[in-house]
Amino acid sequence: MDFNSILTLLRPELSLLAIIIILLIYDLFAGNTAKKYFQPLAWVLLAAHTVWSFCLTPEGTLFGGMFATTQAASLVKAILSLATLIVFLQAGGALAKAESSFKTGEFYVLTLSTLFGMNIMISSGHFLMFYLGLETASIPLACLVAFDKYKQNSAEAAAKYILNAALSSGILVYGLSFIYGTCGTLYFANVPSLLDMTVLQVAGIVMFLAGMGFKISLVPFHMWTPDVYQGAPTSVTAYLSVVSKGAAAFALMTVLFKVFAPMAAVWQDLLYGIIIVTITLANLFAIRQKDIKRFFAYSSISQAGYVVLGIMAGTAEGMTAMIYYILVYILSNLAAFGVISTVENHTGRVNIDQYNGLYSTNPRMAFVMMLALFSLGGIPPFAGFFSKFFIFTSAAASGYYVLVFIALVNTIISLYYYLLVVKAMFINKTDAPAPHFRSEKALVFSLAICVAGIIFAGVASCLYGGIGQFTFGM
Amino acid sequence: MNFLSLFVLLPLLTLAGLWLSKNLKQVHAVAVTGASALLILTVYLTVDFLLQRAAGNTAEMLYTASVMWFEPLNIHYAVGVDGISVSMLLLTSIILFTGVFASWTIVDQAKEYYMWFLLLTLGVYGFFISIDLFTMFMFYEVALIPMYLLIGLWGSGGKEYAAMKLTLMLMGGSAFLMIGIIGIYLNSAPEGGELTMNLLEISKVLIPMEVQRWLFPLVFIGFGVLGAMFPFHTWSPDGHASAPTAVSMLHAGVLMKLGGYGCFRVAIYLMPEAANELAWIFLTLTGISVVYGAFGAILQKDLKYINAYSSVSHCGLVLFAILMLNQTAMTGAIMQMLSHGLMTALFFALIGMIYGRTHTRNIDEMSGLMKVMPFLAVCYVIAGLASLGLPGLSGFVAEMTVFVGSWEHTDMFHRVFTVVACCSIVITAVYILRVVGKILYGEVENKHHLELGDAVWHERIPVVILIVVIAAIGMYPLLVSDMISDSLVSVIGQLAR
Repeated sequence: MDFNSILTLLRPELSLLAIIIILLIYDLFAGNTAKKYFQPLAWVLLAAHTVWSFCLTPEGTLFGGMFATTQAASLVKAILSLATLIVFLQAGGALAKAESSFKTGEFYVLTLSTLFGMNIMISSGHFLMFYLGLETASIPLACLVAFDKYKQNSAEAAAKYILNAALSSGILVYGLSFIYGTCGTLYFANVPSLLDMTVLQVAGIVMFLAGMGFKISLVPFHMWTPDVYQGAPTSVTAYLSVVSKGAAAFALMTVLFKVFAPMAAVWQDLLYGIIIVTITLANLFAIRQKDIKRFFAYSSISQAGYVVLGIMAGTAEGMTAMIYYILVYILSNLAAFGVISTVENHTGRVNIDQYNGLYSTNPRMAFVMMLALFSLGGIPPFAGFFSKFFIFTSAAASGYYVLVFIALVNTIISLYYYLLVVKAMFINKTDAPAPHFRSEKALVFSLAICVAGIIFAGVASCLYGGIGQFTFGM
Repeated sequence: MNFLSLFVLLPLLTLAGLWLSKNLKQVHAVAVTGASALLILTVYLTVDFLLQRAAGNTAEMLYTASVMWFEPLNIHYAVGVDGISVSMLLLTSIILFTGVFASWTIVDQAKEYYMWFLLLTLGVYGFFISIDLFTMFMFYEVALIPMYLLIGLWGSGGKEYAAMKLTLMLMGGSAFLMIGIIGIYLNSAPEGGELTMNLLEISKVLIPMEVQRWLFPLVFIGFGVLGAMFPFHTWSPDGHASAPTAVSMLHAGVLMKLGGYGCFRVAIYLMPEAANELAWIFLTLTGISVVYGAFGAILQKDLKYINAYSSVSHCGLVLFAILMLNQTAMTGAIMQMLSHGLMTALFFALIGMIYGRTHTRNIDEMSGLMKVMPFLAVCYVIAGLASLGLPGLSGFVAEMTVFVGSWEHTDMFHRVFTVVACCSIVITAVYILRVVGKILYGEVENKHHLELGDAVWHERIPVVILIVVIAAIGMYPLLVSDMISDSLVSVIGQLAR
């Protein structure tokens, strides 16, 4: 391990850290005029970082195996930083308000810190490192959820989030202690050969899954999700629903494939049940929601179920399908959240029936929202159709036909509630539709990225083929 | 670039043109241009196809092309047509062209209306030219979703309920279909080798029997939902009754044919062994469709509901004939698809025009319309006669071929079902003649109806075109039946393997 390999393998983390420090210092010392350039500076820096991240780092380990990165991990990091960039572009409107504008710097630094934590979590080679990354990601998120602390909702959501996060981390660490007790090591490279299906190890895996289930918000560990999503500022909700979830799902897959592969029978059975209840319950609850953010909370829970379906397969195809699914899900969900946040900022409307007649006054926004919903519902020719098809194919290839069938039936249920929103915007008549408004340029730009992604990420097959080059199975 | 890809490209170009157009006039101009171009293209394709066949080109599919799309899964964008797809494309183009004129009176958000309409046809065209399961399925779903907004926004009556019911039921069918297709794909190389989605390649493979036994019902039901197979037909009456005129035309005329075509091209062609074994189950269900649909039509008072139930009955006959699994009946099935597509489109167009004048579709509230609008009334009678199978019109040719083919089976089971299905013709005559007698003949009871005018130019165009084609097929069926029957040889070969 020399200085050069640290620079190569740790490049995404280091450049992220550099951005955090630059922003922190700039925010501290900039005068009132220079503060105006803070957001554009953050966007440019992160955009440069994102582009650079897509030049993937090679595979390798650092610090005696504590840090282990693969090309797939580095690809996921790049995708996550792209998602963060889109969230930032969408956050401008909410941050311009008087009650939040003085906290702009904090918003950016905290969000980037969680991204830094997730990067560490994704490419850890040791359970302690993994835990460290997880906590680095969780704690700043609690601050972000409480960002609008003068609002009761936001403060309540933050309290719920921090308590749940602490509890789930506790369970996770408790499970890891079992693994350590039976194996005597926490290195990812050494644990697999020492696993022998003892009761303690099985309990360890169960607790590990429970802890990660909280982070990915899988049923029955999802209770915090709707309240937190509803209470948090919309851009934080968007961040939670895509970046945080995507990172946790990928980290879970890495650990299951790399470390717990010898005990695949155990976790595959567990995930089988979890996927069925996650997708089904979340879909049934989503139908009843009135608040659009709660609605998307349940929608994102059910989407998480589909993501985990890719883990079930345990093959390189499954992993490809899952990373692709996360990418498409990020683009679709962020398109939807972009519309939600701009509608909320300009009109204060958050209920689904307040979206009635949106198409008549703001056709572009309604159209983007419809594309996003169709993509989430898996309607071709939008990207969501392709990602669903591939994830189902990979799961069926491993023999899980029944599971795939249940998931397919659930896509019909999900299509029902996605169409309810389309119906509100396009078909329902109302006397008081949301007034016409002009959105910020940055937000429109972010929506353009998402829409381009929704339309072309599916049809352009090179994307899927490209991801496939970096993946590995059990 | 492949010639067939024009069928996807032209609707796309038309969509772009519609998007750019500024007023109703431009929208109409673009839509008519696009539809005419597609019609000309299809006619050219038909002629060229017949010439190539006459010149002795006996390949199973013509104009084939295949471009690698998703390499890791060996998914191709693969196209090709045989006589059956050509006749379906012809049907689609005719209905699209007439449908554009039938939608002339829609002025509220006309641009969006035509865009969704074109997107729907794009899906249909793509479906008929595909020979790769993945692209086929993708286009199938592209054709389904515009229905939701077309019915929900421009429909009438309980449109929101109908739109949601239709979309969810059809999408439910496609869930069955998706797992069926994934299953076929994963079993497309039972002796090792590369998995494939290409229909022609899979047809050479013997999918293991125990897999076929559960894949066949999934695929058949998946397509059967769209083909309005009992008991999955309930979306059809509500959907057709609420949809705007041209959408009903396209949906009953073409979209329901996707179901029959899919059952035939995917379920039976790829899994012939299971088809031979399990046909009796679905034959029973479709037999029920045929009779139940006809009885359902008798009870209805709404013109569109009558025609929707009649479609259930006629489309049931399509699946019924396909399941007879012999060449004559299958030729009849494809002829029935064509014939039903044309005459049901004519029916819906006429009903839309009558409704546009009387503002009611209830047959009790209309009478003596023959005196008020003779042109529309005469056309309605012609459509009715085609529907009940009068010789000289397309309905007779199709139904005759179907029943001759069905009678080739000599066992009790098939004989009974053939006789039962034959009875539906009599029931059809009952509900058709009853409606014709009630609303067209007699005295004009509602005095307001006396002031109504007859058809105008943009209403005459679609009606005349449809009647001419119906009569042409009725008078000279060999025009299409030879083309269809030639293409069935490979399917019959599959069934006998």
